[in-house]
Amino acid sequence: MLPFGEEPASVGSPDLTLAYESGVELEARSQWAYARLRFFRHRLAVASLVVLILIGGVAIFAPQLAPYGFDEQDLLNLNAPPTFDDKHLFGTDQLGRDYLSRVIFGVRTSLWVALFVAILSTAIGTAVGSIAGYFGGQVDNLLMRFTDLILTLPGLAVLLTASVFFGSGDPLKVGLILALLFWTGLARIVRGLFLSLREKEFVEAAKAAGASDMRIIVRHMLPNCVGPIVVTMTLLIALAILTEAALSFLGFGIQPPNAALGTLIDSGQEQGLETWWLVTFPGLVIVLIALSINFIGDGLRDALDPTQRRRA
Amino acid sequence: MLQYVIRRLLYSVVVLVAASFLVFFFVTASGDPLAALYTTPNVSRESIDKIAERKHINENVFVRYGYWAKEAVTAKFGTTLLTNQKILPDLWRVMKNTFQLVFIAELLAVLVAVAIGVYSALRQYSVFDYSATTFSFFGLATPVFWLALMLQVAVVQIYLSTGHRIFPVASLNSVDPGSGLDFWIDRAHHLVLPVLVLMVASIASYSRYMRASMLEVVNSDYVRTARAKGLPERQVTMKHAFRNALIPIVTIVALNFGTLLGGVIVTETVFSLDGMGLYLVNNLLANDPYPVMAFLMVTAVMIIVFNLIADIAYGVLDPRVRYE
Amino acid sequence: MPEPILEIKDLTVEFSTEDGIVHAVTGVSYDLYPGEVLGIVGESGSGKSVSMLSVLGLVPMPPGKIVQGEALFNGDDLVTMPKNKLRDIRGGPMAMIFQDPMTSLNPVLTIGDQISEAIKVHNRGKSDDDVKKRTVELLELVGVPFAERRVEQYPHEFSGGMRQRAMIAMAIANEPTVLVADEPTTALDVTIQAQIVEVLKTAQRETHAAIVLITHDLGLIAELADRVVVMYAGRVVELADVFTIFNSPRHPYTVGLMNSLARVDVDLEWLEPIPGQPPSLITPPSGCAFHPRCAFSQGRAICRTDIPELRKADEGVHLSACHFAEELAATHVRVGAGAGDGS
Repeated sequence: MLPFGEEPASVGSPDLTLAYESGVELEARSQWAYARLRFFRHRLAVASLVVLILIGGVAIFAPQLAPYGFDEQDLLNLNAPPTFDDKHLFGTDQLGRDYLSRVIFGVRTSLWVALFVAILSTAIGTAVGSIAGYFGGQVDNLLMRFTDLILTLPGLAVLLTASVFFGSGDPLKVGLILALLFWTGLARIVRGLFLSLREKEFVEAAKAAGASDMRIIVRHMLPNCVGPIVVTMTLLIALAILTEAALSFLGFGIQPPNAALGTLIDSGQEQGLETWWLVTFPGLVIVLIALSINFIGDGLRDALDPTQRRRA
Repeated sequence: MLQYVIRRLLYSVVVLVAASFLVFFFVTASGDPLAALYTTPNVSRESIDKIAERKHINENVFVRYGYWAKEAVTAKFGTTLLTNQKILPDLWRVMKNTFQLVFIAELLAVLVAVAIGVYSALRQYSVFDYSATTFSFFGLATPVFWLALMLQVAVVQIYLSTGHRIFPVASLNSVDPGSGLDFWIDRAHHLVLPVLVLMVASIASYSRYMRASMLEVVNSDYVRTARAKGLPERQVTMKHAFRNALIPIVTIVALNFGTLLGGVIVTETVFSLDGMGLYLVNNLLANDPYPVMAFLMVTAVMIIVFNLIADIAYGVLDPRVRYE
Repeated sequence: MPEPILEIKDLTVEFSTEDGIVHAVTGVSYDLYPGEVLGIVGESGSGKSVSMLSVLGLVPMPPGKIVQGEALFNGDDLVTMPKNKLRDIRGGPMAMIFQDPMTSLNPVLTIGDQISEAIKVHNRGKSDDDVKKRTVELLELVGVPFAERRVEQYPHEFSGGMRQRAMIAMAIANEPTVLVADEPTTALDVTIQAQIVEVLKTAQRETHAAIVLITHDLGLIAELADRVVVMYAGRVVELADVFTIFNSPRHPYTVGLMNSLARVDVDLEWLEPIPGQPPSLITPPSGCAFHPRCAFSQGRAICRTDIPELRKADEGVHLSACHFAEELAATHVRVGAGAGDGS
């Protein structure tokens, strides 16, 4: 005898509706649908997603959107403060170049370097972490000692040293250097996840069915880690932008003629503190991007890992 | 316990040596550090050769590492590449300056962050809580160097419009700071902005952790038991909740040292403070690997020590962990 | 009949959540007499714990709210009492034992410290030495061996059963007249459960306290309880002495509970669970909350429209909240474990 006379709570449209004889309807949804629902409950995360998409759009369509060229000089307007005429909304720099345009191109460079770093370090970190966690024993030992080695050295200092001695200036090289240091965090997380997943029955079952190690790792275990990996990768993007900006600002990262946001701030700073717009605007953009990414990361964390308490 | 510490230290020494070799390898693999000198006028071939000999530049990496290691241990890191100046006195000087900055900043940051975190947790969802969380989010999204610059810009703009210089924006001391108390007051005045900058990032991070930890503890079963015993609310909050919530924070602060160092590097650069951060940057720009190595070794040791302190402190505070 | 030491009258407790208002406890009334063991039985979510926790002030009062009701302890209403007076009662005349002793004890304080704390807060004049002596005495009383030494140990150094003994020691430290035990054995192994039952009996012997035994374990009820309150979906559905509850229940839910017990003395092929799911406390079913799962309802309209009152169902003190309690008596009902005096 099944319950009758009860109404299921309905939120949006279900993926699947089962109807019983007694008139009860059960709604089923896939895991992703639930995750999506939970994510969209976070207004801040959703707003940040919109902001980020807009910024991404600006980055992609930079050549079309920027009012002036990246190098275009307006010799009548050197070092001009922000103004609405001539559309120099962010002012101009010491060579008369429109700052809004330069910032837009700067966003482009910073974003793609950060994405590159996040993807590459996630790939490396996941690979190392899964191998260490899955095989355990000596392999794990060795890999973790190696990770420890990298973690013993102070982050920014090592990055600076690496950029000097490996050469920098060009975004790709900077991205590589950053990625080679950032993978450790993710490796630790994935390793931890794999160590606990390893004991679960479905892994034993897969082994008993004759699946190869590679197959087990990729098809069975990794999908269970997607949540934390995605969240960490998102937060890595923000970290990458901030770190690359610091590197470029100090003169060790992306250097002229390439310009990321940090580079712009560095060049701006050289002009002294009176031309405040040269330093302020690129920084504000960095804050906006990092803030949005952090909110999204928070929303993702709640969406993909509902066992955690919801924070204000 | 003693066994554990000794084991950790031995392990750390091994890691340290391995790390030093790794870094040395990268630092020297980039080619001839003396390359620029060959094209500089006024520098004779002989002086270049002398330097090359002194530092064994033309030997292979392993030999050079050996010489470096020996110098590091016996001769206190030896001398700089070009000017042949002793490294240690300079390094020690900048370390002291940085220590002042970091100690004040972290101490204040921890006090403020703990207070904010606890209060946010006890008044969850209040205006204070939301404001604190907003501050944290902004703090974590703001590049440290940019914040430093903005403070400088603000002070300069105020100066330009009012003629008032509210805080110095560069250097550890003014040109003629006097002596004794005057010197230190002047120093304090110069440190206000840098300390503020370092505090922001730390507070943003620590307060969040403190809040989360306090929330978790305040809703735990043993706090409920404490209430069920009839203890006054104050005692429940302090003796039971707060004490337990504080434990993870110790680890967090200790492990944050690496990130803090990054903040120090940029802050000292922006404010032109004669500290470790600026020391590193200047020597990197000069392409001189020896002071850079010295810096990295010293900071690596500090990181190891901090990690060890974090573990030991955890054992002291949480009896569950004590029996390893 | 002596005066009741605790009278709960028409208690209603609600929780505001993001999904709606949870009606955790609705219109609950029962009395507790000195020296007796009153069992409160129900599934998770039946409101059995919340009814006691709320009157003791242990339910956080944002989300939670006591909407109405009284809880008279020796004549004083706990619900409207000022906070500091309530605190004096908590841990003193009314003490609680919780379900999971591992999480219910503070991991960074010694067992001795936590018990002493309970003594000190209700006996401010006592010297430290006296308190220490009493703490060791209490631990010995509940059967912790080497009490002198174990007083200095931390909770994680005690086994599960020992921890629960320590919790009981903490609760009886100030000679309570009411002891509330919330699922005292649920988190423990079966063999340890038996030991704890003995400790509870010892505790009662020593303090002559009345015990409110909140549990879903019918075996425990059979062993310890004198009278039983059966709760479902936040309401009291049946109230009687333990023998009657087991041998002639008068509410379909209670019948269902008894029928679902596994029995050693009867040849059973299948276990008979109560069909269906516990109801939502945010949108409870209309009328009698049990009607969607009730075999005796047979779809009769009144079960869906009217909430049954708790009324007399038998001679003696036997209350049942069912429209058709009399029918039940007449129907042949196979009942569950016979109640006895536990061994």
